[in-house]
Amino acid sequence: MSSFRTAQIPLVSSHREVYEPCDDSFALVDALLADQVKLLNHHPTLCLEFGCGSGYVITSLALILGKEASATHYIATDINPHAIRVTQETLEAHGLHAELVCTDIASGLEKRLAGSVDVLVVNPPYVPTPEDEVGQDGIASAWAGGENGRSVIDRILPVADVLLSDKGWLYMVTLTANNPAQICLQMREKGYASRIVVQRSTEEESLHVIKFWKDADLQVDGKDSTHKTGPGKVVESLISQLPRLSFWRNNSNTSR
Amino acid sequence: MRLLTHNMLSSNIKGVINGFPLRIEVEKVVEKPVDFNPDFLKNMFSKIEWKPLVDASRTMGYAELPEEADASMLDSHDFLQRFHHALLELHLEEGALFCPETNRRFPVNKGIPNMLLHEDEV
Ligand SMILES: C[S@@+](CC[C@H](N)C(=O)[O-])C[C@H]1O[C@@H](n2cnc3c(N)ncnc32)[C@H](O)[C@@H]1O
Repeated sequence: MSSFRTAQIPLVSSHREVYEPCDDSFALVDALLADQVKLLNHHPTLCLEFGCGSGYVITSLALILGKEASATHYIATDINPHAIRVTQETLEAHGLHAELVCTDIASGLEKRLAGSVDVLVVNPPYVPTPEDEVGQDGIASAWAGGENGRSVIDRILPVADVLLSDKGWLYMVTLTANNPAQICLQMREKGYASRIVVQRSTEEESLHVIKFWKDADLQVDGKDSTHKTGPGKVVESLISQLPRLSFWRNNSNTSR
Repeated sequence: MRLLTHNMLSSNIKGVINGFPLRIEVEKVVEKPVDFNPDFLKNMFSKIEWKPLVDASRTMGYAELPEEADASMLDSHDFLQRFHHALLELHLEEGALFCPETNRRFPVNKGIPNMLLHEDEV
């Protein structure tokens, strides 16, 4: 295996219909690098990526966790068959292996992988576009996100909730137009705490890489109505943070 | 495609109730050596459906797995090595997977299963 810290651009394969590593890909890998020590201490057994594109992110994740390569299994999916091929070439060029499945998000894997994924990484198609551009063949499906860029993201979140293990972490790229505060709120209702790991602004857009994890104090199973703060309170306090989203950090749990 | 992946895949066609395990049709199997890691195998064991793994590895030409297995066998180095070989080193390079209920064919080319559905199957 190579001794690089992340995937090397000259070794990343390409195809005219496959998304090339871009600012969003780099932001996601920077978030993983920022969390490297935590990721190593996390000892993930299964890592998964939705929408692997060029393979830049899953390759980098495998290199970041490199020391324990044989203790971790990697799976990546993409809806674009060309992307799967390119990812395979990129992994091979770095001397690595991930299991690749050509599918819509995790269709076909959801049943048996439920509750087993320790690290999930996603750089979804998040650009606001007309709804009919979402999921078309070819390169457009790499970015086309429909209304507010949320079409694919809103399908990904419930799947992530099913697949993540109790200790599972999700890292996801979002754009300001996706309303990340509202995404965090929605995940909070499912019992996930969140934190912005990387924030990056260019002239055109502002990207956030957000990390989600299950927080026992937030488990709102419906059964437990004697919740400490009560779901209403949680929502209220988060809404009060919305206008200040860019300054918001979740300090309550520094180990994640 | 490793048999680990086969063990994690079910038929995703609308209306199918029992889509697991997918039946394997073999055109070409390749073996690729993988570093042996007992801890990984011990972590994975509880997530694996054993009988489908035994049947799948037999279809792929490897008949050295015991018909039944339980956690106590994880202390045996010999058992772990067989489990390791079946789970990680056997690859379905060319062939197909079939839905046990509808017999829908999912192609596997260059080691990659294609689970994409047609619009009327979603
Ligand atoms: C923004 S690109 C990210 C590519 C790569 N992970 C990176 O960070 O450079 C989004 C990827 O998601 C894939 N994709 C889009 N919709 C998908 C879906 N429904 N299921 C799986 N993959 C999808 C696209 O084909 C594309 O490769």
